[in-house]
Amino acid sequence: MAHTKPLLSRVADAVYWLGRYIERAENVARFLDVHHNLMLDLPQGYADQWQPIVDTTGDRAVFLERYGAATQDNVVRFLAFDPENANSIYSCVLAARENARSVRETISSEMWQQINSLYLLITAESRRSEPTDLPTFCHQVRMGCHLIHGILHVTMSHNEAWQFIRLGTLLERADKTTRILDVKYFILLPSVSDVGTPYDDVQWSAVLKSVSGFEMYRKRYGRIAPDRIVEFLLLDGDFPRSFRYCIGIADRALHAITGTPVGTFSCASEQRMGVLRSELDFASVEAILAAGLHEFCDAVQTKMNTIDECINGDFFAQRPLVSEARA
Amino acid sequence: MQFSSYRTEGFYDEMFQEDGTARPHFQLVEEIIQSLSDGQLLRYKHAAERLLLQLGITFNVYGDTAGTERIFPFDLIPRIIPAHEWDRIERGLKQRIHALNAFIDDIYHEQKILKDGAIPAEVVTSAVSYRKQCHGLNPPWGVWCHVTGTDLVRDSDGEYYVLEDNLRVPSGVSYVLENREVLKRIFPGVFEGLSVRPVNGYPSHLLEMLESLAPHPSGPPRVVVLTPGIYNSAYFEHSFLAQQMGVQLVEGRDLVVSGGDVFTRTTQGLERVDVIYRRVDDDFLDPQEFRADSMLGVPGLMAAYRAGRVALANAPGNGVADDKVIYAYVPDMIRYYEGEEPILPNVPTYLCWRDTDRKYVLENLGKLVVKAANESGGYGMLVGPHSTAAQREEFAVRIQADPRNYIAQPTLALSRVPTIVEDHFEGRHVDLRPYVLCGKDIYVLPGGLTRVAMRKGSLVVNSSQGGGSKDTWVLAAPASVPKGGRQQ
Repeated sequence: MAHTKPLLSRVADAVYWLGRYIERAENVARFLDVHHNLMLDLPQGYADQWQPIVDTTGDRAVFLERYGAATQDNVVRFLAFDPENANSIYSCVLAARENARSVRETISSEMWQQINSLYLLITAESRRSEPTDLPTFCHQVRMGCHLIHGILHVTMSHNEAWQFIRLGTLLERADKTTRILDVKYFILLPSVSDVGTPYDDVQWSAVLKSVSGFEMYRKRYGRIAPDRIVEFLLLDGDFPRSFRYCIGIADRALHAITGTPVGTFSCASEQRMGVLRSELDFASVEAILAAGLHEFCDAVQTKMNTIDECINGDFFAQRPLVSEARA
Repeated sequence: MQFSSYRTEGFYDEMFQEDGTARPHFQLVEEIIQSLSDGQLLRYKHAAERLLLQLGITFNVYGDTAGTERIFPFDLIPRIIPAHEWDRIERGLKQRIHALNAFIDDIYHEQKILKDGAIPAEVVTSAVSYRKQCHGLNPPWGVWCHVTGTDLVRDSDGEYYVLEDNLRVPSGVSYVLENREVLKRIFPGVFEGLSVRPVNGYPSHLLEMLESLAPHPSGPPRVVVLTPGIYNSAYFEHSFLAQQMGVQLVEGRDLVVSGGDVFTRTTQGLERVDVIYRRVDDDFLDPQEFRADSMLGVPGLMAAYRAGRVALANAPGNGVADDKVIYAYVPDMIRYYEGEEPILPNVPTYLCWRDTDRKYVLENLGKLVVKAANESGGYGMLVGPHSTAAQREEFAVRIQADPRNYIAQPTLALSRVPTIVEDHFEGRHVDLRPYVLCGKDIYVLPGGLTRVAMRKGSLVVNSSQGGGSKDTWVLAAPASVPKGGRQQ
């Protein structure tokens, strides 16, 4: 990348977060959609379990304080439209657009227009007293986000800015996959009485659908089995939302930015990312489950937070001036 | 939609003559519009509005709720300028910009024009925008006004007058380019049969001019656009121009002065900058030299500029010639520096610091337009015929307290263009802001921004005050049209 004009630190920061927010919005829309769909399949008693979906976005405390007991209505409001929830679809799209607006000259016009269209869709929807039916709304958001990724791929040079968007996107995706797995595994596993019942199958299928992985899992493993699902979502080398796959691509994006060969490192973020990537390359699901999935998810989330901090320090933060100037 | 009920009401109309027939250069467009089926023009209008919103071509209004963005109202009926009329405007603008540059360079050097008594010295030294920090500076080619957006108006006699020079950080050119794109996309048929001179060459001319200012001849010049940030009302334009030129858009916090040079802070450390197209006012440019509380500027920038390490466009200090009192002397400058009579006349201007003028102004506030000498954007202004007694009283007090800061001009009957109002056409007043680039040579973008006072009877065209805009066509001279029809 050294032959092209290097990116402003502020711009790198903005496009990285642009990627993260779009991905976050899409994930929240998918979680909501799949969960809503699942609730329709489950008998009364099961069907009022909306709290777990809030847990997957990591906002349990905020939600309980503001809304109390979880119902379909308040969870949808909180996750889709609540401007005070920084992780609602509305807030994510707004933040993505503000970031895009501040770097309009860096991203392609087509990309800006699509982000703006998504923003106009969400603001119109948030003003309605009676929202469009949930599946349609979630579908529109997901397709809007997919379109952004597609446009990004074919209208922008695959330059440093593009790599930063990808880096942000992949780290966010990795984060969300571990979160949904962590939350769902914790809920589903204790219900031993359900093992082998139709509901067990339906619930595990829903976990896969939450990351658009149901069909691909079937092709790979066939039968629904919790251990295999964990393996698929954490360690699969080909599925684009598996944790290992996301970290692998994020690692490559990072090396494309610095120009350092993969497998070596020139800064803290590369080192941390490289360690995580190789750990996943040589991990086994049996070992992970034996040591505890929750512990594993907790540990990798801490590692991802550290990587995020390192990226901030290596690329975005204003560094001291001395001896750095090159003409 | 038909023009049959349209009336010029005694104003100079750009499209229609007094007898109700279209001017020759408007006849084709009139036919095309009248041949549209019922409601088609309104459908185009709505499509254009949707497109502008989707494209995110919006501006922020100061003092409005934070984050509120509005589209700049766009009217589909173009304003057309025939080739011979434009030719004169272009020559007039070149003459004027040339003289203004000579004036500013003189004022910051020997001040010959003051010594020769062609302009009273106290007029210059009392101008708020006169920057003593700029004395003795030598920008490349003696050019201080690299990008100018001169405001022209047409009075009831059809003559073009220069209303303001806008030398500091004129905005609006992005709307010229986008208006053309939108009209071509929404209503391509209206261009049929005419050769309209294209406007999309502007970013290339701008980039070429900016690159030519680079102080370091080795290596490709590194140009950036400096913006106050996303909350500035012209932010869209700043990012648009950076994008169209393929250069970085920076904020003050992205720049740093080190070892006398200016750098951007990048992911790979500091990168030197050669040319800054700054869209930040002088006052905010460098807290070490101008306003110390500026968060938008770059400490040390003026020192780097003075040392010739970085070029700034427009040159700091050029606002001295934007002062509305000094404006009144531009015809004298043209005579002094160019030895020619002005091609484009000024609007007659009363200077309140002259006792006789002030007396006249105070007695005729109801007829005049009063302006503060150092304001722009339609702020600090009194439009006499549309004012209340209380407003006139307020201005009378202000003028007497600070006569140097006020000028007055007769209220012009600005020319009008038919404009879509609800489901029919009404005349609306317009001005014209052509854009002039000045480096080694002077380039005038054909056309410019036609701003429209959208409120009935209003003469205020500023976007901050509810103005809109129209696509502005300059027709190619018949000889310059290539054989085989119009250019695509």
